[in-house]
Amino acid sequence: MKKNALPLSERKQLVPPISNPFHQLYYFLNLPSATLALVTAIIRATEVTKKFRDFTAVDHISFEVEHGQIFAFLGPNGAGKTTTIKMLTTLLHPTSGTIEIDGHDPVAHQSEARKSFGIVFQDPSVDDELTAWENMEIHGVLYGLEKKLRRDRIEQLLSIVELSDRKNDLMREFSGGMKRRLEIARGLLHHPKILFLDEPTIGLDPQTRNHMWEYVMALNKSEGITVFLTTHYMEEADRVADTIAVIDHGKIVAHGTSAELQQRTQTKSLEEAFLSLTGHQIRDEQLGTADQFRMRMRNMRR
Amino acid sequence: MLSTIYILWLRQLKRFVRSRARVIGSLGQPILFLFALGFGLGPMFQKSGGGNYIQFLAPGVICMAILFTSVFTGIEIIWDRQFGFLKETLVAPVSRMNIMLGRTLGGATVATIQGLIVFLIALIAGFRPESVFSVALALPIMFLIALLFTAFGTGIASVMDDFHGFQLVMNFLVMPLFFLSGALFPLDGLPPLVAIITRIDPLTYGVDAMRGVFIGASHLGMLTDLSVLSLWTLLCLFIGSYLFSRIEV
Repeated sequence: MKKNALPLSERKQLVPPISNPFHQLYYFLNLPSATLALVTAIIRATEVTKKFRDFTAVDHISFEVEHGQIFAFLGPNGAGKTTTIKMLTTLLHPTSGTIEIDGHDPVAHQSEARKSFGIVFQDPSVDDELTAWENMEIHGVLYGLEKKLRRDRIEQLLSIVELSDRKNDLMREFSGGMKRRLEIARGLLHHPKILFLDEPTIGLDPQTRNHMWEYVMALNKSEGITVFLTTHYMEEADRVADTIAVIDHGKIVAHGTSAELQQRTQTKSLEEAFLSLTGHQIRDEQLGTADQFRMRMRNMRR
Repeated sequence: MLSTIYILWLRQLKRFVRSRARVIGSLGQPILFLFALGFGLGPMFQKSGGGNYIQFLAPGVICMAILFTSVFTGIEIIWDRQFGFLKETLVAPVSRMNIMLGRTLGGATVATIQGLIVFLIALIAGFRPESVFSVALALPIMFLIALLFTAFGTGIASVMDDFHGFQLVMNFLVMPLFFLSGALFPLDGLPPLVAIITRIDPLTYGVDAMRGVFIGASHLGMLTDLSVLSLWTLLCLFIGSYLFSRIEV
C-alpha cells in the first residue's frame, strides 16, 4: 500500500528506478530528468499562493501526487485545505504559482482539467428537490455523456454505492451519509482520473465514515483512480492515505507516509508527529479560511 | 451546448411542479390585488370615467405575478449557492453562459406559467379580453417580461452573498418596479416626475403591451413597447450573465 518510501524532496535527487517502463522510455529517449515527473505526477502544484487581499490563505506550496495514489492533505480548519482544493479544481485562480491537473493548466485549459476530475465538496451539493437519479442525470449531461452510456453508468454506480432501490426518491429524504454516497457516485460518473474529496466525512457517524472509506479505497484499487482528500481527522489520514502532506497556516510543513512522518519526528503516532511538526494539536474549533476572510471583511467595513 | 441549457431548464420546471405550496403561496398576492383593488377601487374608477377597472387592472396584475416569480427564481441562485448545487454546475466542463441561459430560460418559463394561471383567475374575477386569440399574442410578451426579470434577479443574486439583502431588493427595487409601472393607474395625466420615472421602468412597457393585446388599449404604442422591452431584456441578459460569470464559490 505505502508506495512512496521517500519524501518528494529526497526522491528527486535519486537515480530513477529503471524497473518502471515509463522511466525506461525516458532514459531511452534521453530526455532531461525533469520531464520524468511530468509523466508520473497527475497533480502537480508549484509555488502556489492564494491571497485574499492582504490575507494569505495558501503560501507558496509545492507538491506532486502520483497516478493511483491516495493523497491526504491533513491540517486544522482554516489551514488552507479547501482553498487549495478550489484552486486545483478550477474554482479559484491562484494569485501566483502553477498547477497541473492531468497535464492541464486549470486556468488556461479549464474544460479539459474539469473533465479529468470528480469532486465531492465539503458541504452537500445535491439538489434536494430532485431525485437521486435526476441528480446523476444532470451531472451526466453536464459532462457530455451520451445517453445510453450515461444510463448504464448511473445504474452501475448507484448499485456500487447501494442506492439503487432509492434512485427515484427525492434527495431531501436521504440521510447525510446517503447523500455523501450519492455524491461520490456522481463524482465518478464521467470516468474521472482524479477524485477530490474535501472533508468527505464531516458530520457523518463513525459507521458511515468507515463504510465510505471502504468504498473509496476499493475504487482506488479497482479503477486505479487517484484520490486527493483533505481531512482534519488523524486516524483517517493514517488509515487511508499513501502520502500525507501536513498543512498549517497555508504552508506544507511536512510531506511523506505516516511512518515517515513519525520517524522524522521521533514519535510513535501520527498525532504526536503532527504536534511535533506544527507545535499544536489540530484545532477543531477554528474557523475555516473563507469564514476568517469574511470576518475580516466584516471588521474592515466597521 | 444545447443539452446543458435543456437539462437546467428542465430542472427549474421540475422544481416548480414539485413545489405546489410555493406556487399556491405566490398566487395569494395577485388574487388579493385583483379582488380587493378590482372591486374596491372599481366603482371610483368607473365614476371618474376610466371604464371597467378589472379590464384595466388584470393585465397589470398578470405582469405583477410574472415580475415577482421571475425575480424570485433568479434570486434562487443564492439558495443554490447556500445549499451547494451551484458548485456542482460551476465545476462542470460547461460554459457559465450556458448555465446562466438554462437557468434563466427555465425561470422565465416558470414565471410565464404563473402569469397564465393569474390570467385564468382574472377571467374568474370578470376580466374579458377582446378575443380568445389575444392570449396567444400575450404569451410571447409575457415570456419577454419573464426573461427580463429573471435575468435581472440572476444579476442581483450574483452580487449578493446571502439572503440578508433580499428585503432590500424587494422593497427598493421590485416593489417600485411594480408600483411605478402603471399596472394600477393610467399613464396619462401624471405629474412630470412620475411620468419620467414610469418611462424608465421597463415593466411599464410590459404592462402597456399586455393592455395592447388584451383590451386593445396601448398607451405608448405596441412598437415602442416591444422594442423598449426587448432592449431592456437584452441589457439585463447581458449584465446578468456578466455578473454570473464572476461568481466565486
